[in-house]
Amino acid sequence: MSKAMPAVHEIQESLTGPRALLNGGAPMQLESGAMLGPVTVAYQTWGTLNEQRSNVVLVCHALTGDQYAVGTHPITGKPGWWETMIGPGKSIDTNRFYVICTNCLGGCMGTTGPAALNPETGEPYGTAFPVITIRDMVQAQAMLLDELGIGTVMCVIGGSMGAMQVLDWAACFPDRVRSAVALAGAARHSAQNIAFHEVGRQAIMADPDWCGGYYFREGKRPESGLSVARMAAHITYLSEPALWRKFGRALQDRYTKSYGFEADFQVESYLRYQGASFVQRFDANAYLYITRAMDYFDMEADFDGDLANAFRDCKTRFLLVSFTSDWLFPTSESKEVVRAMNRAAANVSFVEVESDKGHDAFLLDEPDMFATVGGFVDSVAREQGVSQ
Amino acid sequence: MSLLGGSRGRFVLGPNAYGLRPDLALVASMVEPGTRLLDVGCGDGALLEYLVKEKGCDGRGMEISQAGVNACVARGLSVVQGDADRHLADYPDDSFDYVLLSQTLQAVRSPREVLLQMLRLADTTVVSFLNYGHWAARWSMVSRGRMPHTRALSTPWFETPNIHPCTVKDFMDLTRILGLGTGRAYGLAKEREVTTIAQGFEGQSNLFAEQAVFELFRPELPKGKKRRSNA
Repeated sequence: MSKAMPAVHEIQESLTGPRALLNGGAPMQLESGAMLGPVTVAYQTWGTLNEQRSNVVLVCHALTGDQYAVGTHPITGKPGWWETMIGPGKSIDTNRFYVICTNCLGGCMGTTGPAALNPETGEPYGTAFPVITIRDMVQAQAMLLDELGIGTVMCVIGGSMGAMQVLDWAACFPDRVRSAVALAGAARHSAQNIAFHEVGRQAIMADPDWCGGYYFREGKRPESGLSVARMAAHITYLSEPALWRKFGRALQDRYTKSYGFEADFQVESYLRYQGASFVQRFDANAYLYITRAMDYFDMEADFDGDLANAFRDCKTRFLLVSFTSDWLFPTSESKEVVRAMNRAAANVSFVEVESDKGHDAFLLDEPDMFATVGGFVDSVAREQGVSQ
Repeated sequence: MSLLGGSRGRFVLGPNAYGLRPDLALVASMVEPGTRLLDVGCGDGALLEYLVKEKGCDGRGMEISQAGVNACVARGLSVVQGDADRHLADYPDDSFDYVLLSQTLQAVRSPREVLLQMLRLADTTVVSFLNYGHWAARWSMVSRGRMPHTRALSTPWFETPNIHPCTVKDFMDLTRILGLGTGRAYGLAKEREVTTIAQGFEGQSNLFAEQAVFELFRPELPKGKKRRSNA
């Protein structure tokens, strides 16, 4: 590698924002039975915690997201990934609510993950990091709330992998969650989605710079593998109408085809850019571990073969939102959850939003989604006596 | 807040604090407090909110339009986007004490299947619909040779959502074909005038009711359940 890249754990140390050591540094038991510790969780907060501690909104990020939902990202310099949803006067109003977003367990933005230093060896964990699950991410968030002295949250909200965490939150801690908003989510990862993830992982592991997961020892990073993984995944977040509207078959910086394998088409150039910028902020091993956590997610199996068991006697109010053009987490997946919630007599609302933007719609400007989520969160806040 | 006043047989609906449409107020008056219910085609949630907040019901809604669901969700109601023809099948048997269907029956593709589905989910349903047998509708059709155009039926044929128009008599025929039990039944005219649809006097109601509200039961009620009726 020609560029002198700082190791990922060095980047992490330079990140801004609070980090909390969980449970006094004692190891936490993972769903797999393995022990992991000490565990640190990096997080961001916006707004002010009220006296009753009743205005907490916990935001769960998606696969490649992080705790920087709002504000300038310390590495990319770009705006936060959910500024459309969160902010003063927005659907999740930071003038009114205390919003917390953590970097998920296994992540690479300051929370303990494969890029963090393994206390036993003094070098990053790499593939010595234990496999983690969505449940483990939820447990780590719950432990962080314990550290912060927060018992119940008014709302837990997230899209995609964030929605998986949201559903698991309500199932694991029904008494700690007043309401739950799951956008573009599912109660289990589909075969097709596992397949896509496997393509991404194979791309990373086939990169000679991956070095069996110990690239940091060689001062390398599997950039081409991670970049291909990101390119393939990025297609699944969009839709043909969205790609066509943005690029069509337009050529990039040229008037004629090159009759070669340059990025002739704008869509190619765009994907290459997506891949190249992604590797600047994301750790390849973290990508392996987090995709694996999503693959393992299956609430139906976790609750004795009936998803309804996950939501029985649950007083949480649910809102599920799907998007018409989302083929990664299609409406049918959300409806499966709604049906199970109906079987369990849970309090569920559901909307399918018209959008041609694909899975990523939950991150974009979707006024119908903002209206639905804003109305829901406001009604919960009024119910909980959170002032305007 | 009592929505019904006056003597048995004929009374006038008073205004209510919730601003409920008279037919919805009539439906609401037929629901026991504290029960579990599903309002199918709940619109902006006005009826559902009244039943949840004033009658202590555990209410859920189903609504086809995004705007309707948004309005309901903003009121703090639990409402699922769906349509009666397809999505009633998503609920398990006996999920509710009541299923309500206000002015939606004529707009569904299969009214018969929808009625049966509703009675799978609950042993009691309350159904309201527009009566195309009202004298003004008949006169309008006979005199003009066109689809009825009256105060109650003011939407032109090409815009009405009601693809299965029926009269009170037609509706009662269907309940007989399906073997359903009929409980309380009311006709509504001139906005707020309510009359009981009494046995043997259906023809009169069919002539003078602009809208009708019927309480229907499963052919066979589970043991220990009682029916209320006008009879």
